[in-house]
Amino acid sequence: MTTSNTSAVDYNFDVVRQFTVMTVIWGIFGTLVGVLIAAQLIWPALNFDTPWLTYSRLRPLHTNVVIFAFGTSALFATSYYVVQRTCQTRLFGGKLVAFTFWGWQAVIVAAVITLPLGYTSSKEYAEMEWPIDILLAVVWISYAIVFFGTLVKRKVSHIYVANWFFGAFILVIMVLHIGNSMAIPISAMKSYSIYSGAIDAMMQWWYGHNAVGFLLTAGFLGMMYYFVPKQAERPVYSYRLSIVHFWALISLYIWAGPHHLHYTALPDWVQTVGMTMSIVLFLPSWGGMINGIMTLSGAWHKLRTDPILRFLIVSLSFYGMSTFEGPMMAIKSVNALSHYTDWTIGHVHSGALGWVAMISIGAMYHLIPILFNQGRMYSIRMINVHFWLHTSGVILYIVAMWISGVMQGLMWRAVNTDGTLTYSFVESLTASYPFYFIRFIGGVLVVSGFILMGYNMLKTIYAKDGSLQPVEET
Amino acid sequence: MDYGTLRGLVALLIFALFIIIVLWSYSNKRSAAFEDIANSIFEEDELSKKIKQSHLDTNNNQETNNV
Repeated sequence: MTTSNTSAVDYNFDVVRQFTVMTVIWGIFGTLVGVLIAAQLIWPALNFDTPWLTYSRLRPLHTNVVIFAFGTSALFATSYYVVQRTCQTRLFGGKLVAFTFWGWQAVIVAAVITLPLGYTSSKEYAEMEWPIDILLAVVWISYAIVFFGTLVKRKVSHIYVANWFFGAFILVIMVLHIGNSMAIPISAMKSYSIYSGAIDAMMQWWYGHNAVGFLLTAGFLGMMYYFVPKQAERPVYSYRLSIVHFWALISLYIWAGPHHLHYTALPDWVQTVGMTMSIVLFLPSWGGMINGIMTLSGAWHKLRTDPILRFLIVSLSFYGMSTFEGPMMAIKSVNALSHYTDWTIGHVHSGALGWVAMISIGAMYHLIPILFNQGRMYSIRMINVHFWLHTSGVILYIVAMWISGVMQGLMWRAVNTDGTLTYSFVESLTASYPFYFIRFIGGVLVVSGFILMGYNMLKTIYAKDGSLQPVEET
Repeated sequence: MDYGTLRGLVALLIFALFIIIVLWSYSNKRSAAFEDIANSIFEEDELSKKIKQSHLDTNNNQETNNV
C-alpha cells in the first residue's frame, strides 16, 4: 500500500485514513458490546457476577462507543475528506489536525475504561465524568477550528451544501456538550450538574435530542449530500431543495427535546411545544430523504449491480421510516403507550443501525479504495453479503422491538374492572423473552457484517498497489 | 414592549426570514448557478482525468518522435 495522493492539491488524507480505519474497528467493538448486553437480557448469568460486566455499566459503554467512537469517527473522516475535496485545499491547522485524531481516540479510550469501572455522571449519552468532558470540549473546539479554518481558505467561491450540514453539526454539538456538561467537581472523578430538578431534565434532553438531531442527523446528512451523488455519479436531485432542507432542519430540531419528557414535572406548555415542533420536523426530514433518493432517478438500475449504492439508498429509506415514526411517537397520546417500552429501543435502532450505520458503511466502502490507492474494495461480493447480513439484522431487530414494545405498553396500561393492574411487571418481562432472542439474532447478524467489513478493509489496504481494478459497467 | 410581545416579533421575523430563503433559493435567476454548484463535486475527477490524459498524450508524442 502507498498512501501518496495523485491529485493536484496536496490534501491531508493521513487523518482521513486514520479515522476511516478506526470507524470500522469501533463499529465492530461497539456492536459487539451491544450483542453482549442483548444476550444478558435473555441470560442474566452472562454478567459473570462481575460489577464491570453488569448491564448497567455496559449499556452506556455500548451507546458511547457506537455514537462517539463509531459514528463520530465516521463523521471526522468524511467531513475532513469532503471539506478538502469540495474546497480544493489542504486542511487548515497543521498539528491541530493530528491532535483531533489522537485527542478523540483518548476520549474514547478513557470512556471505555471509566464507564465499566462505574464512573458516570448518569446523564444519558453524556455519562463521561468531568475530566473527560473537558478533554472532549478541547478536542471539539480544535475540530471546529480545523473545519472552519479550511472553509475560510477554500479555493472555490461557494461552500458545497454538505459542508453546511457538517458545519452546523460541529457548532451545535460544541454548544450542547459544553452547556449540558456544566458541573461542579467534588473529587477527581465525581461531579454534580449545576442544573437541578426539571431544569436539569430539560437541559439533558435539549442536549440528548439535539445529539440525535445534529450529530446523528445533520452530520450524516452532510455525508449523504456528498457520497450519494458521488457513488451514483450524478448531481443531487435538487440543490435548491437542499438549501431549504438545511435551514428548515436546523431551525426546528433544537425545539424537539421536550418530547422525551411527556407527562413529567416539565411545564405542560413546554411539552406541547416540543410535541408540535417534533411533528413539523417530519417535513424537512422527508424533504431531505426525497432529495437523496431522487438523486438516483434515471439510474435506478445501478442498485442492481452496486452494493455500495444499495447501502446508501437503503439507509435513506430507514431514515424516512424513523423520521416518520419519531414525530408519531412524539404525540403525547402515542407517547403514553410507547414511552419506557422496547418500542423506543426499536425506533432508536432503526435510526442508528438503519440510517446512521448504513450511510457510514456505504461512505466507508466508497472511501477506503480512494484513500489506499485502489480502484475498488478487495471483494464486491463481500460488500453484498455485508449488505444482506446488515439489512436482515436490522429488520429482525426493529420488528422484534416493535412487537415487544407495543405489547409491553398494552400490558402495563391494562386494568381490571376494580381498577387494579391486570399484569405484574414480571409478566410483561416474561412475555418479551422471545423477542429479546430475535433481537439477539439480529444483533449477531449485524456484528458478523461488521467483522466481514473489517476483513475486506484489511485485504484492500494490504493489496498490492493498483492491483484492484474497478469493475467496468457492462 | 413586554417580553411576550418581543418573543412573538422574533418568531415572526424568523418566519419571514425562512420565506425569504425559500424564495431566494427557488428564484429562476439562481437556477444555473445552483446547477454548477451541484456538479462541482465532479470537477476534481475531471481535472485528474485530464492530467492523466495529457501525460498519455505527451508519452505518445515522444514515441512518435522517436520513430
